[in-house]
Amino acid sequence: MKKLIALLLALVLVFALCACGNGGKTDEPAGSAGETDAADTADFKVGFICLHDENSTYDLNFINAAKAACEDLGVDYVIRTNIDETEACYDAAAELADAGCNVVFADSFGHEDFLIQAAKEFPDVQFCHSTGTKAHTEGLDNYHNAFASIYEGRYLAGIAAGLKLNEMIEAGDFTADEAKIGYVGAYTYAEVISGYTAFFLGARSVCPTATMEVTFTGSWYDEAAEKEAANKLINDGCKLISQHADSMGAPTACEAAGVPNVSYNGSTIEACPNTFIVSSRIDWAPYYKYVITSVMNGEGIDVDWTGDLATGSVVLTDVNEQVAAEGTIAAIEEAKAALEAGTVHVFDTAAFTVDGVTLDSYEADVDTDPDYTPDTEVVSDGYFHESESRSAPYFDLRIDGITLLDEQY
Amino acid sequence: MHKQTREPLVHIVKRDSLPWYRAWAIRAVAIVLALLLCAIVTTLCTGENPLQVYATILRGAVGTRRKVWILLQDLAILLCISLAVTPAFKMRFWNIGAEGQTLAGALASAACMLLLGDRLPNGVLLALICLAGIAAGAIWGVIPAVFKARWNTNETLFTLMMNYVAAQIVAYYVIVWESPKGSGNVGIINPTTEAGWFPQIGGNKYLLSVLVAAALTIFVYFYLNYSKHGYEIAVVGESERTARYVGIKVERVVIRTMLLSGALCGLAGVLLVAGTNHTINSTLAGGQGFTAVMVSWLAKFNPIAMIFTSLLLVFMSRGASEVSTVFGLNQSFSSILTGIIIFFIIGCEFFISYKLSFRKSGRKEGDAANA
Repeated sequence: MKKLIALLLALVLVFALCACGNGGKTDEPAGSAGETDAADTADFKVGFICLHDENSTYDLNFINAAKAACEDLGVDYVIRTNIDETEACYDAAAELADAGCNVVFADSFGHEDFLIQAAKEFPDVQFCHSTGTKAHTEGLDNYHNAFASIYEGRYLAGIAAGLKLNEMIEAGDFTADEAKIGYVGAYTYAEVISGYTAFFLGARSVCPTATMEVTFTGSWYDEAAEKEAANKLINDGCKLISQHADSMGAPTACEAAGVPNVSYNGSTIEACPNTFIVSSRIDWAPYYKYVITSVMNGEGIDVDWTGDLATGSVVLTDVNEQVAAEGTIAAIEEAKAALEAGTVHVFDTAAFTVDGVTLDSYEADVDTDPDYTPDTEVVSDGYFHESESRSAPYFDLRIDGITLLDEQY
Repeated sequence: MHKQTREPLVHIVKRDSLPWYRAWAIRAVAIVLALLLCAIVTTLCTGENPLQVYATILRGAVGTRRKVWILLQDLAILLCISLAVTPAFKMRFWNIGAEGQTLAGALASAACMLLLGDRLPNGVLLALICLAGIAAGAIWGVIPAVFKARWNTNETLFTLMMNYVAAQIVAYYVIVWESPKGSGNVGIINPTTEAGWFPQIGGNKYLLSVLVAAALTIFVYFYLNYSKHGYEIAVVGESERTARYVGIKVERVVIRTMLLSGALCGLAGVLLVAGTNHTINSTLAGGQGFTAVMVSWLAKFNPIAMIFTSLLLVFMSRGASEVSTVFGLNQSFSSILTGIIIFFIIGCEFFISYKLSFRKSGRKEGDAANA
């Protein structure tokens, strides 16, 4: 027994020494970010709440933006990952407020109610929620929503898809009538519908015979289901796939099957060098910078902020020229300029029909309520005004040319 | 006793029962060793100072008043579910369906809140939520028990499968109740009227769960140790044939115990929905139905000891999230640390029940290898 104790003590001492000897080298990424360039940034702190961690492309996109924005501005920041859309979100927000954060951002739709709860309790802290819908009706001074006109990004990515289809038709891979696109969506949520419709309209603007099939997985992140959905679409005769879900399921299925893929949230070129064409994504850094500098300067923040091509919030990754059709970059640049100039509108009512009829009026459910009551006229001047009455998308029309394979989600 | 032929270097001998202080000394040594191994792993894998990592875990778990309350609340829920599975375990009925039973209770509570929210006075509604949640959990628990009692089906597989069924039913109703349409998200139920929300005790939103868990701990302790039912459970667990011989109706005990087990899980579901989260989704139980199995086993089915085992797990997981925040490490790293600690704790039970005897050259020194 004595021997044993002696041995243990010796071990303890050795490890304690190891532990202490290592003390100087630790670095804390969260704490060391504050290379303050001005006095007022010294005690400014920003908190971020993320649904998952870097393994989700969706959250990674937010995390990268958060780091970029805070490091640019030289403010201290804390990122909380793996925060569920439950009371855990409220707890995390309250803890961040306790820890002295001036602004708290959250990244997932389901965080909204819990963030509002925290906003009511901490009136001195600004709470900013990406993708939410309730700020403009909630009437809180310190609760804000933000989104970006990502449908414009989808439209531009759609042009790349349409050109690729044209190239494959010319190469004799299939006839013009067979130019069918497949799309893996998460839910039949307006954000998804707006996204795939914009993508389709982009593709059809250069490939007039294009059609599209959409299937839904019922989850924002389900790698197996997304892979299976992509394979189903490919077997169904889809010549090109795009997706609105957060895993690598669909891109890797495309790479395995050799079917071109237009991605979302970021480039998948490393995993899919032979099929990745381009990806659209929202860059949240401009919004984060806008909010942080406004709060630092004591200015108000928009209740509902919509980023666009001009603010740098809607971006495309580099085009993979190995896969993309010739002239893709030029075509995207041209369309981007036209969108920014306002000479082209994504949801131009001349570009699509619903049940064979051209749209001349539509009431969207902009103010969220349990019965989805349409409340706002959104068609005027010959186009559907997406993300203008509120930042989060509300285009939820089923246009002709797109077939939904299932709608249970 | 031994022949003077080749004696193995080490052989394992069953111990007589150890005095409590020596058993606890062994456990303490195990935890110290676990922390040391964690320190080595931390330094080798991440280059962080392990002491700082431990300090961060401590700060993350109990660093502020709010963190202490959140810790207590998480502890309360995990403890409730662990207490719920314990009577079944003591009966050697491997109920690993606590996740599903909790979800069933949660779903029933959410249904009451959504469908009856503005039709009943809040007191009546709360009573109904409790009844519905407890009943739903009990039903989910008793189905495998009936099959076991009648047809001797495998309860482990049956209760496990019932988890997935419950999760899918919840997923279905999330789509039915989602708001706005297509979002796959129910959101906070009755945010303005707060109908069906348990009242806060003395302005503290965390206290209720803690009190319920404390009451449950005492109840289960007395139920298992000092009631006729508890005795029957122990006999059935030790030997079904003995139980039959002394006239215990084994089928009845199995069904009754699983009713209780499911009902307590259902109650945890009620606390999760009406007490804290006020929403429903298929991951609301968050794997605690499975963690509860570990809590119960680590504590050797002793409700009082479960307070400490669940505290350990909740403490580590709360600390873990802080570690991933402060050091920018992935949350999985903290799971590795928790895994190491649990491995040592489970492993040390071996050394409490058995001792290693090393081959000695000549002299007797049998006590040399206690830990």
